[in-house]
Amino acid sequence: MARQEKPVDVVLVGLGWTNSIMGMEMTEAGLDVLALEQGKDRDTVPDFAYPKMADELTYGVRLKLMLPPAKSTVTVRHNIHETAVPYRQLASFLPGEGVGGAGTHWNGHSWRPMPEELRLKSYVEERFGGDIIPKDMTIQDFGVSYEELEPHFTFFDKVMGVSGQAGNIKGQIQEGGNPFEGPRSEGYPLPPLKRTYNDDLFTKTAKAHGLHPFPLPAANASEAYTNPYGMQLGPCNFCGFCERYGCVNYSKASPQTCVLGALKQRKNFAYRTGCEVLKVELDSDGKKAIGVTYVDSKGEKVFQPANMVILGAFAYHNVRLLLLSGIGQPYDPVSNTGVVGRNYAYQMTGGTTMFFKDKEFNPFIGTGGNSTTLDDFAINQIDFRKEGFIGGSYFSAAMTNGQPIRNMPLPSGSPSWGAGWKKAVKENYGHSMGIHTHGSNMAYRDCYLSLDPNYTDNHGLPLLRMTFNWKDNDIRMTQFMKGKIEMLAKSMNPDSFKSSYKDFGTNYDVRHYQTTHNVGGSAMGTDPKTSVVNRYLQSWDVHNVFVVGASVFPQNLQYNPTMLVGGLTYWAAKAIREQYLPNPGPLVQA
Amino acid sequence: MDDIKDDSRRRFVKGALWTISATALGPGVIISAKAQTEVTDLKSYKPVFFNDSEWRFVMAACDRLIPADATGPGALEVNVPVFIDRQMKGDFGLAKDWYMKPPFLKAVPQLGYQSPLNPAQTYQKGIAATDKYCQGQFGKVFAELSADQQDQLLTHLQKDDIKFDDVSAAQFFAFLLQNTKEGYFCDPIHGGNKDMAAWKMIGFPGARASYLEWVEQHNVPYPLGPVSINGERG
Repeated sequence: MARQEKPVDVVLVGLGWTNSIMGMEMTEAGLDVLALEQGKDRDTVPDFAYPKMADELTYGVRLKLMLPPAKSTVTVRHNIHETAVPYRQLASFLPGEGVGGAGTHWNGHSWRPMPEELRLKSYVEERFGGDIIPKDMTIQDFGVSYEELEPHFTFFDKVMGVSGQAGNIKGQIQEGGNPFEGPRSEGYPLPPLKRTYNDDLFTKTAKAHGLHPFPLPAANASEAYTNPYGMQLGPCNFCGFCERYGCVNYSKASPQTCVLGALKQRKNFAYRTGCEVLKVELDSDGKKAIGVTYVDSKGEKVFQPANMVILGAFAYHNVRLLLLSGIGQPYDPVSNTGVVGRNYAYQMTGGTTMFFKDKEFNPFIGTGGNSTTLDDFAINQIDFRKEGFIGGSYFSAAMTNGQPIRNMPLPSGSPSWGAGWKKAVKENYGHSMGIHTHGSNMAYRDCYLSLDPNYTDNHGLPLLRMTFNWKDNDIRMTQFMKGKIEMLAKSMNPDSFKSSYKDFGTNYDVRHYQTTHNVGGSAMGTDPKTSVVNRYLQSWDVHNVFVVGASVFPQNLQYNPTMLVGGLTYWAAKAIREQYLPNPGPLVQA
Repeated sequence: MDDIKDDSRRRFVKGALWTISATALGPGVIISAKAQTEVTDLKSYKPVFFNDSEWRFVMAACDRLIPADATGPGALEVNVPVFIDRQMKGDFGLAKDWYMKPPFLKAVPQLGYQSPLNPAQTYQKGIAATDKYCQGQFGKVFAELSADQQDQLLTHLQKDDIKFDDVSAAQFFAFLLQNTKEGYFCDPIHGGNKDMAAWKMIGFPGARASYLEWVEQHNVPYPLGPVSINGERG
């Protein structure tokens, strides 16, 4: 029998960005809030303190801030006919572990979605005709508009202290910003970060081609800053240990630096670490959650009663919990019925590296959001009918770190070991820069998440199974971007360059880092037949369960997801506070 | 004592220095001199994981993967074998963080690592199989071959041209190469990159991690040498 804890108003599953935000909002509404985090407690001091963070082997290579697959992982297969095998060793994507979650080890890229991306299916149908959507592509509208989310993006900008240059304020195009972005109600809270050498070179080249370069919106503070919660950030010192690391300097926005310090002061908030939630428990008719069952750090099973459950674990963990709890109908791609697990999507990336013997880049001078970008090939800038694909990418000339084990680009033909390798290393370290494409990934009928029939976790529960492969639409998109980037690269006159883009027939490869931007599986939407949660992120089936995080995206953006994840969380919190609490029940009638 | 990342072991190794070195990254000249005197001498190092014949293989292979020459230090000069030996007894060698539950099915390489062997077992089986193969081909173990022969053998392993009964030659080579490069470029706290010599060769400043005033100095070589987590300066 599980031990039973004292009931709370709200139990939060996971304590990364989403549930840190939910913690603030729900405690502000006067509720008793408890967060359960499966990993360790983590804070800037002592966990990220200098100099121990400046250790590439431990954090960059051995990934000591990530969720070890030994504890929990997924299985992967390329199509519905294969047997999936476990993702035994982290590489392709890196779910974070512990308090702060993936918001601890990210780079800080803080993009708003384009208005068109939130209503993608409608946009494509209206602009190009629905017949260009391939038969098995299952793209959808999010069911919430950019205009509805805008105030929440603006507030999350302020919570994180985003450094950037606005491109569109209330419809007025701003010099030096992204002219293709949706209208913002105000500019960024902080000016852009200082520019590194690669930024300048890329800016000159892009402008010469009539393109519109601008600084990447970075949640790395360019100046000392105090956010609306009273949390203080220090100016980023370009330490070169951002992605995969906790910030030593209180500069990178994270749940720790921006929210948790304030949240922990609140008497109606508590959190427990080392507590892995196994299941959301439902009442006898399955319409209402009564709490969650978790295993605590001593291995003891605990029942935690709660009036409301908010799932804010990493994207695919949310989906697994829904499946393990029997909330919503599991998706079946063959009969095309059910919803939970449907519309899993990833991200399409590629890049070109240029080598310059006579240029010194000092690549160790970097921060996660150090990049000059352009959006001239974004979703709302491409004629999908003409180009033969649906999607878009931003381009990024980034210099985030010069950590030599992982970041050692060498020209084509360089040996991989021996005297020739060492010579190439010595001659090329610090003499290259890259331009990368970071793009959308559409959803398809046969790319989805389900429970694995063969492999289990340490509690004997099935692992989540990922069925995913690249599709021609998205390959055509990245090949289009390759053409544009190589044109830019050649006009920069490097001694040599080399490219890496996915080509037709390329299978998804888990062995190489791509992005951690796994999305979908509990899509939001307006139709319960094709979505798991409604436009307020409330479960269609169990009204006191809300799901926050990138698992609610019905397909992937061309951007990094954090800003939309945060914006949606504030949007859902507002609906809970203003509509749900006074009148608990479904916020949208199915 | 097995896990070199364990704090108590670090304190044991570094003695009293550990407690003050974290704050000694400023004028830490004296610390640095002391820290360097206690760096392991590869010749007298007693491996904690590898046996004698395995150790001879690792020494010989590292020497070919990153040989010493005028370009910069070789793997042996910066204690790469010490690094690998320690890694094998730690979380990496034991695959402590990996999902290692059966069944181990055959799958396309794109679906990732699917071997039941952890890296430490892969090394042991890989070394034994390679030495046995060399005995059969040349009547000598790998460490006794000429440099050219060793290079050829390593190339065969890398390309998976040789098939062993109980271990993948390419996987064994992949771990060996990965760990050799890690030991070359890691912070010296892990046993490799002795005197931060590999960092000096390429101009990486190590754990300095503070460059705000250098961001806008474009196309100028950064002037300062590296520091390590324990406060050595180079």
